[in-house]
Amino acid sequence: MAGRMFRFIGLLLTSSWLVACIPGRDYEPRIIGGDPDQGREALARYECGVCHVIPGVPDAIGKTGPALDNYSRRSYVAGKFPNEPEVLVRWIADAPAMAPQTAMPAIAMSDKEARDMAAYLYESD
Amino acid sequence: MESSHSASVLHPASDSGAALIDQLGTALYVGGAIIFVVVMALAIYGVFAKARAINARGWILGGGLAFPIVTLTVLLMYSLAVGNGLNAIGSSNALQLFLECFGIGDARERTPADGLLRVHVVGKQWWWEVRYEQPGRQEVILANEIRMPTDRAVELVLSTTDVIHSFWAPSLAGKVDMIPGRTTRLRLQTSEEGTFRALCAEYCGGQHALMALYVVTQETTDFDAWLASQARPANEPTDPFLKTGYDAFFRGECHECHTIRGTPAEGTSGPDLTHVGSRKSLAAGTLNNHIGTMAGWIAGAQDVKPGNKMPSSLAYSGVELRALSAWLGSLE
Repeated sequence: MAGRMFRFIGLLLTSSWLVACIPGRDYEPRIIGGDPDQGREALARYECGVCHVIPGVPDAIGKTGPALDNYSRRSYVAGKFPNEPEVLVRWIADAPAMAPQTAMPAIAMSDKEARDMAAYLYESD
Repeated sequence: MESSHSASVLHPASDSGAALIDQLGTALYVGGAIIFVVVMALAIYGVFAKARAINARGWILGGGLAFPIVTLTVLLMYSLAVGNGLNAIGSSNALQLFLECFGIGDARERTPADGLLRVHVVGKQWWWEVRYEQPGRQEVILANEIRMPTDRAVELVLSTTDVIHSFWAPSLAGKVDMIPGRTTRLRLQTSEEGTFRALCAEYCGGQHALMALYVVTQETTDFDAWLASQARPANEPTDPFLKTGYDAFFRGECHECHTIRGTPAEGTSGPDLTHVGSRKSLAAGTLNNHIGTMAGWIAGAQDVKPGNKMPSSLAYSGVELRALSAWLGSLE
């Protein structure tokens, strides 16, 4: 009886190690009221991948702009501005308004779309 | 760029050549399935029936000789009728075309009617030059987009300046090769308004897969207005930002390859850009057309389509790139 109990506890322990193997986040997700799935769809629709590498977005292999992987771990947006959610949303929608010398054009999009794209960039690795 | 109509031979546009081919295909699939089932049933019958009960001579003459002769003759007539119909104007009714082969019904006019629109499409690695014949006037040149009215057929005159290409708009018509040293022809027609994707269907080099275009069908009045606007030249911009882009265009020597009518740009080895802002796509059906993709294409043409003849531009500041993209986008 006791042997069975030990086996059960052993199984529990082992499974808890396995759960620990499931990749989790080691950072706080930055929730900004956007929908990451719609953001990925919007990034694909606007073909941001012409200039950027964006993991998870088809054909996003451009080299003109910086790669956008692991965006939540980056300290700066465009190498200039602190990587805060609202800053990234503003940058996506109208980069030239923030940095007049940038090569990234302002693309006509809704605030929601910019928010969704930012949410996806923060969520994706 | 999304087509309004899926590019599939199984989803043909109404009153198009593809609709005729689809009907022929359906007749073949259904007929083939019926014959297969009957043959299998007969095979089973042959195993279980008593040998004396089978009239072997009758089956050989009837099933082995008469049936194939009749069936194949009818199919031949039908497929010839469809082939004929692909060059005819105004009908996609296969039965009507079939009956015409026997002199039943009114034979329709097969010669080009007045006002037939003739459009030259020249395949190039890896894009399409499109030239509208304008009787008595200079032809209108554009690239990677064909527009046509829904009430008239358009005759495409297909050629190539390099290797073999093949023009294929799956929902509109069959495919026709573009062969060096020759011209081939293809008739396009549909009564349906929409945007139809077409592509190169003959391997033509590294970026063959990114050689597509859009066929846009619209009402005659819209089409005529579009063609008239395409015939107009571009103007030097007055807005200072767009003027920056205009100057960047010439400083970057884009005019060595591209023509923009109304400006000193008269290069001919690349697509005519006089109305590039009005097009559905960039880089031959590869990208949607907006300021972001325009900038990305100019700066990274060799990333988007490696090996194509347009170099990635390294000459521009960020502001110049945006201004150039904005100016080209304004050329509608």
